[in-house]
Amino acid sequence: MDLNFSAEEERFRSEVRAFVAAKLPAAIRDKVLGHKRLEREDFLTWVRILNTRGWVAPSWPRRFGGQEWDPARQLILEEECALAGAPPVLSFGPRMVAPVIMTFGNQAQQEYFLPRILNGEHWWCQGYSEPGAGSDLASLKTRAERRGDTYVVNGQKTWTTLAQYADWIFCLVRTSQEGRPQAGISFLLIDMKSPGITVRPIVMLDGEHEINEVWFDNVEVPVANRIGEENAGWTYAKFLLGHERVSNAALGPSKRALRELKAIAAATPSGGGRPLIEVPRFRDRIAEVEIDLMALEVMVLRVIAMDRERHTPGPEASLLKLQGSQIQQAISALAMEALGPYAALHQPLALSAGWTGSSAGPPLGLGITGRYFNYRKVSIYAGSNEIQRNIIARHMLGL
Amino acid sequence: MDFTFTEEQVQIRDSLRRFLTETYTLDRRRAIARAGTGCDPEIWRQFAELGILGLGIPQPLGGIGGDAFDALVVMEELGRALVIEPYLSTALVCAGILVRAGSPAQQQLLAGVATGENRLALAHDEPDSRWRLDAVATRATRKGASWVLNGRKAMVPDGAGADHLVISARTESGVSLFLVPGASEHMTRTALMSHDGSSVAEITLEGLRVPADALIGVEGGGLPLVEAASHVAVAGLCSEAVGAMDALLALTLAYVKTRRQFGVPIGSFQALQHRMADMLLHAELARSMSYLASAKLGVRSVGERRRAISAAKFLVGRSARLVGQEAVQIHGGMGVSEELATSHYFKRLTLINASFGDMDHHLEQFAAATTAELHSAALTTIHSTPATRRSVPDSRSPQARPGR
Repeated sequence: MDLNFSAEEERFRSEVRAFVAAKLPAAIRDKVLGHKRLEREDFLTWVRILNTRGWVAPSWPRRFGGQEWDPARQLILEEECALAGAPPVLSFGPRMVAPVIMTFGNQAQQEYFLPRILNGEHWWCQGYSEPGAGSDLASLKTRAERRGDTYVVNGQKTWTTLAQYADWIFCLVRTSQEGRPQAGISFLLIDMKSPGITVRPIVMLDGEHEINEVWFDNVEVPVANRIGEENAGWTYAKFLLGHERVSNAALGPSKRALRELKAIAAATPSGGGRPLIEVPRFRDRIAEVEIDLMALEVMVLRVIAMDRERHTPGPEASLLKLQGSQIQQAISALAMEALGPYAALHQPLALSAGWTGSSAGPPLGLGITGRYFNYRKVSIYAGSNEIQRNIIARHMLGL
Repeated sequence: MDFTFTEEQVQIRDSLRRFLTETYTLDRRRAIARAGTGCDPEIWRQFAELGILGLGIPQPLGGIGGDAFDALVVMEELGRALVIEPYLSTALVCAGILVRAGSPAQQQLLAGVATGENRLALAHDEPDSRWRLDAVATRATRKGASWVLNGRKAMVPDGAGADHLVISARTESGVSLFLVPGASEHMTRTALMSHDGSSVAEITLEGLRVPADALIGVEGGGLPLVEAASHVAVAGLCSEAVGAMDALLALTLAYVKTRRQFGVPIGSFQALQHRMADMLLHAELARSMSYLASAKLGVRSVGERRRAISAAKFLVGRSARLVGQEAVQIHGGMGVSEELATSHYFKRLTLINASFGDMDHHLEQFAAATTAELHSAALTTIHSTPATRRSVPDSRSPQARPGR
């Protein structure tokens, strides 16, 4: 029993830290740490920088351009990047569609798509949810009709994260009405520039544009862009969900958010002459979430160790997602509450990159309340926490 | 990083589990609790035979010399089987003090601990101390070549049954520890029964005279020893709670799969499934923290150790409360009866929270240590007014200043 990273892993951590410190552009870092709006180019710039070291998807197999990293190294990389204020490498390409392409795609698909994920040429988004298909994903209605060598796709996807930036969308579509709903689903890769695709913004409760509706009106998709067999898409979709492992625990982002919370609480007067962080009632709430984060970190390491031994992901990822999301929400709530009356300020203009004016309120307060509102999403997306509890009950408790 | 147990640890676990499953039935446990002594001599003898009593004692001193994770394995099993025998206080806590600081003469007792002939108890907490380690009002004054002790010790686990006590008392240079035979004149031990069936004692010292060589270690050096012992105790209690939560979760799971209402097993109801998913989550978080606590017992940095121990005790206490209360709720009427093991697990888990510092106590310890750390890091950048510096909460953190 040994809970420490190895000396080699610690050396690697120093290496990552030095790399990020040297290469992460200050303008991007300041946006991330200051809760400013990130643009498409900010994400992609960072992907290209990471790609110079082969760090966009280092856990991929070597034959696809990866380095077959152990999850522990992946964790260290993500954590150091998050702590330093790097934009996240979004999962949709490297950790969601890529494993599906590697496992079930054909050689042509692998050769075309995988390198373009690594070099940032293709931004991927996820076409799963529909207005009538959320937690009950298999009830999806977007249909693809086969006409010779093409599918004609009609329907609507929704809640599509950053579809406004995307080059490609991976979609679950209905190709058959026969049998169980799960049996008639296929997995298609669709070029977002295809005629007939319309992206409509959905403004979220924080006033920001992060998610979208994606409409398909007689969109023609080559059959060559189908993954695997027709009507076998549900299997691939489930496989994909199993690959969102430890990053859903959001350890790195939560560590950064906790650090920020403490800085806010230490800089915020409590009205009684001492900073808020010294008011026991508030200090204890920070302490509790910090302890929760310590426990989550050990859990993540345990799950990594388990995966290492049995070589297949188990249902424990649901525990990590459930607790990781609760911690993210708890920290974002405390940071907002720390601002006191200033929590009310909404300054959307100050969030844009071009803003040269000053913002009102405490210096560390910008975007904090918006994040609290925005983060209600984390217990809803990627399988709501109720769905996670269902999974835990079924697969870990046998209920 | 390695979360596997060694072959020896797996062996200890398996043989102990086999023994306890066969022998330590709920009825046997009831009988031990009814007897009021909190320790069945036959069980204790078997513990010695299994080798677990010598786990905290190095081989040269008569033990078998285990590490923190050997102890974790044992404590988990004792928790799983709801053992009320005073294993932790004798074999890990008090033995640890003597191993660390006892004189050669005092250490001769350790061989007896390993064979089960001797039992030790730590008489440190007092009626007014509420887990503050430095709140020692008991006095020891020098009288010629002896010490004379006066004061009261509270809720001492196995305090009446142990043949030797480690007693803390304030001397001129601080808190000092004394090794004292249990049956001594001018010491009154009142055995009391605990809700979990174990035996505790209230102890009154009225002019208890002990020889100079009863002192453990150096005069005034008692607090670091007590703190280290309390860390061992907390790590042990955390592991015990994890074992108890494992067993309680398994019981509850079996219950919801067999208990039928409205024509179906109640485990098919989502309301219960989600509660049980949360129970599992919190039990696993607790297991993670019990690993962390045991792993940090050996680290050199006192601050790091304190933070881990208090974090673990807080989180395990919270998990134990949730898992315990939910298990009773899900068992319905059966949960509030004495008949099933459920309520006994619940009671033990509840009392673990009240032992060696409850959730509030450890959250305070953790927060104080963490705030101090933040201040030292941020002093120069965020705010550096004298008022801020003065308010670093040293005075609220008894464990932050042992030895004073």
